[in-house]
Amino acid sequence: MSVSSRQPVIEVTDLDKNVASPDGELVILHDINLTILSAEAVAIIGASGSGKSTLLGLMAGLDVPTSGSVMIQGRDLFALNEDGRAEVRRNMIGFVFQSFQLLPNLTALENVMLPVELSGQQHRARDTAREFLDRVGLASRLQHHPRQLSGGEQQRVAIARAFAAQPALLFADEPTGNLDQRTGDRIIDLLFDINHERATTLVLVTHDEALSARCNRSLHLDAGRLLKE
Amino acid sequence: MSTVLLSLRMLYRDWHSGELRVLALALMLAVASVTSVGFFTDRIQRALEQQSNELLGGDIVVKSSNRVSDAVKAVVRSFDVRSARTVEFPSMVIAADKSHLASLKGVSESYPLRGELRITTRMFSTDAPAQGVPTPGTVWLESRLLNQLGINVGDRITLGDAEFVVSAIITNEPARASGSLFSLAPRVMLNIHDLERTGLIQPASRVRYRQLFAGDIDTITRLRKAISKQLQPGERLEGVEDAQPGVRRALDRSQRFLGLAALVSVLLAGVAVATSTRRFVARHLDSCAMMRCMGATQSEILFTFMLQLAWLCLIAGVTGCLLGYLLQYGLVAILATVIDIVLPQPSYIPIIIGLLVGVVTLSGFALPPLMHLKHVPPLRVIRRELGDVPARSVVTYLVGSMALFVLILIQAHDIKLGVYMLGGVIAAMGLFYIMAVAVLRILQRFKHHGGIVWRFGVGNITRRTRGSILQVMAFGLGIMVLLLLTLVRDDLLHEWETNLPEDAPNRFLINIQPDQRVEVEDFFVQQGLPAPSLFPMVRGRLTAIDGRALSLDSYEDDRASRLVAREFNLSWSTELQEDNIISAGQWWPDQSNGKKILSVEKGLAETLGIELGDNLTFSIADDDFTARVTSLREVDWDSFRVNFFVLAPPGVLDSYPATYITSLYLPASNGNVLNELVKSFPNITVIDVAAVMGQVRTIIERVTLAVEYVFVFTLLAGVLVMYAAIHATLDERIQESAILRTLGADRSLLLKGTITEFAGLGLLSGLVAAFAATVSGYILAHFVFHLDYAFDGRLWLIGIILGTVGVCAAGLLGTMQVLRRPPLQSLREML
Repeated sequence: MSVSSRQPVIEVTDLDKNVASPDGELVILHDINLTILSAEAVAIIGASGSGKSTLLGLMAGLDVPTSGSVMIQGRDLFALNEDGRAEVRRNMIGFVFQSFQLLPNLTALENVMLPVELSGQQHRARDTAREFLDRVGLASRLQHHPRQLSGGEQQRVAIARAFAAQPALLFADEPTGNLDQRTGDRIIDLLFDINHERATTLVLVTHDEALSARCNRSLHLDAGRLLKE
Repeated sequence: MSTVLLSLRMLYRDWHSGELRVLALALMLAVASVTSVGFFTDRIQRALEQQSNELLGGDIVVKSSNRVSDAVKAVVRSFDVRSARTVEFPSMVIAADKSHLASLKGVSESYPLRGELRITTRMFSTDAPAQGVPTPGTVWLESRLLNQLGINVGDRITLGDAEFVVSAIITNEPARASGSLFSLAPRVMLNIHDLERTGLIQPASRVRYRQLFAGDIDTITRLRKAISKQLQPGERLEGVEDAQPGVRRALDRSQRFLGLAALVSVLLAGVAVATSTRRFVARHLDSCAMMRCMGATQSEILFTFMLQLAWLCLIAGVTGCLLGYLLQYGLVAILATVIDIVLPQPSYIPIIIGLLVGVVTLSGFALPPLMHLKHVPPLRVIRRELGDVPARSVVTYLVGSMALFVLILIQAHDIKLGVYMLGGVIAAMGLFYIMAVAVLRILQRFKHHGGIVWRFGVGNITRRTRGSILQVMAFGLGIMVLLLLTLVRDDLLHEWETNLPEDAPNRFLINIQPDQRVEVEDFFVQQGLPAPSLFPMVRGRLTAIDGRALSLDSYEDDRASRLVAREFNLSWSTELQEDNIISAGQWWPDQSNGKKILSVEKGLAETLGIELGDNLTFSIADDDFTARVTSLREVDWDSFRVNFFVLAPPGVLDSYPATYITSLYLPASNGNVLNELVKSFPNITVIDVAAVMGQVRTIIERVTLAVEYVFVFTLLAGVLVMYAAIHATLDERIQESAILRTLGADRSLLLKGTITEFAGLGLLSGLVAAFAATVSGYILAHFVFHLDYAFDGRLWLIGIILGTVGVCAAGLLGTMQVLRRPPLQSLREML
């Protein structure tokens, strides 16, 4: 597929984010403009404190900007209310977090079933979840709770969960941050493999140069501003 | 900065987090529940003490069912004391066309020797101290009797054979409610010299004679010693401290049981304190580790936190006392109709006890978790997993529970009763624990049979097992008590009342003279009613069993002593009454006239230790009468038919003065019949059973309402336990909520999940409560009251609704902040 035939999935326009602090207003992001096309794998890279997690949060509608807009598949995210954004996340977005963020009281299977159930497909949830857990190699750990799984295993469950509802978009925030080198590598391989299978658009936040090299593009954030590509 | 100031500052800053609020509320609740009961009972006690002189109307009194003996009179002559006499007995008061049962009291000129008799000449106008006593020919009445008879001051009434003019209304009478807490019959006071005119006092009448004495302490003390040596059988000498045994007993019991009810809520409050303190400690682990790094010692750290909680306890305790004081008025209002005394302001003692309970609760439940702060290693600043609060252990609650159990023992005032109460509380807790665990296990089975909302709600309940068990126990207990005290109480009362056949006797006629018998029977026949069976009644006092003389000291049991001190009703009969069953020995054959044998009621025999074959000696009208017990009978007192403790065959007691009594059923349509009867026979006293039952019912309702009032504290404490548990899991809930929102759950889904969780918890509590109430009702009915108990569906319906709606509402309120929390805030923390 040639680049020009891909549609823009995310369009960020003039995005600013300031927060109030005891010393006056703090500028987290300034004048962010970017476009991400369908099936792209984009890395957002920067030092700690550069605002990359904030940018990710805004693009997913988890936060509201001070000014500017974010369009997801043509929908203006901040013209919607909180429930509207929840709907967008439900149907279009999957997440993988640095600290896994699994629900501790649910089994691995139930955790992966969650997004499928939320999108209204209760009848398929169990089978779909089994399928994805099998794909990430945890077919024998379906009934285990997160506290019974290692860090790497938990992240694999998180990946299965992220893909289970077949999102168009996947956001990953430092997915290997809490894992050792070897486990982290395996996780990244898994992530990219499935991503490629499903032709999802991947937005990856990281400080790891090597990881960003595996993506189609890298966007560099420095003190809240995007550097020229 | 000094530790004191530091602790205050920390308290101020920490206040805004939830757990200190719950802790403070729990302490406040514990203190308020104990002090509300404490203030109430303290006020009654002070009323009794303040009015103690008044309670007797003198310093000492000689009581008897006959005129004071010559022996006592002889003794009194040599002392310089003032004296007064009173004579009391029930009788009918007749005015124009109405009659009513009243308590007549003839008083001598010097009455009262202590306390003040107050009267007024017009209803509702200000009263004044009476100058002396009613002049001959006049009477003073209690205002409600005027209402009941429809008369006013200046009208005439008839007592027995004599007419009187009502000259004043009594507004305060010393020694009122003498012996009984419940003023059943209103007072009529007349001059003692007028008694003869009425002709109401016959040899066999039941009359209470009292001789009052007053003087300086020394003289009275000596007089008392002298009289006690000369007391004749049937005479009793009492001082102020013996007065009002009925009231004192009732006060003692109410103090014990209301106090126990309050302590149940203290126990629950303690659980809330423990849970809150655990979270408090968990949140301060990091700052403790930092302080240790900076050089603070373990003791310094612990002391600072202890001081912080001590301040909280003081503030909460004082607020609790204030609240308790206000709430005590509620108890007074509920029991006003039952307790007919003016209550003075309370002393400071309940405050001290309340604060003590607060301190004990804090020490018992907050100290153990707090101790953990001593052991936080400074290394925790680097390795955060060190020094975490250990998993919840039984020990946390054990210390506090021990302390409370000691309090319960103290509250009971009596080791034996205290141990029973303690045993009861522990058994109840154990049973509730088992029930709670059972329903939770059942719920667990159903966990996977629903959609997300169901799974979340149920999942939250089953995952937090200990918390859920505790909450089901707390709410279950509170709701069960409310169900018992309302619905089950009504069911039992209803069952008792409907058990009586429709035409069960509803009137008792007493004091019928032997020469009136035929006329009375004729009277009823003329009215078209069946002639009632008249039973003879002779009054006698048991003086010896098998030759062993009985005195007041012969028995330890309260009830037995009272029976020995008073006179019994003896009667004679040829036939065994239908509802009597011979339980030992044999009923006498028909030709037993004149034989000196007796049949004794089984319960009386047991209380006094009377056995078949014993020879009982009675003192009847200055004569001694002895006869042998040849049978024991079981009597169905619930039938409202006339029954006697002791029966003889005819021809044995005939020579003694007797009156006749009967019970009959008067249809509502014949209501006025008895007015006519009393006009014709003014000495006959009519007791309206329905009115008495109505009064008993009212008393039961009021008293159970008072206990319910105190158990509201228990429910509130249950809510606090739940809030403490919610706070302990708040961070978890916020995190879960954030993750769910990230995954695309909207607010209505989260709300439904929360509702399912709390409604589920409430439903379980309601089920447990209804079950426990049903079983208790069954046990009470069958084993205590000997009634049938029908299944009452309302228990289940109301229990379930109350539990589900109540707990759900409280739970939603408590988690509102999680639901309302701007998702942005939580979500930001995720990235």
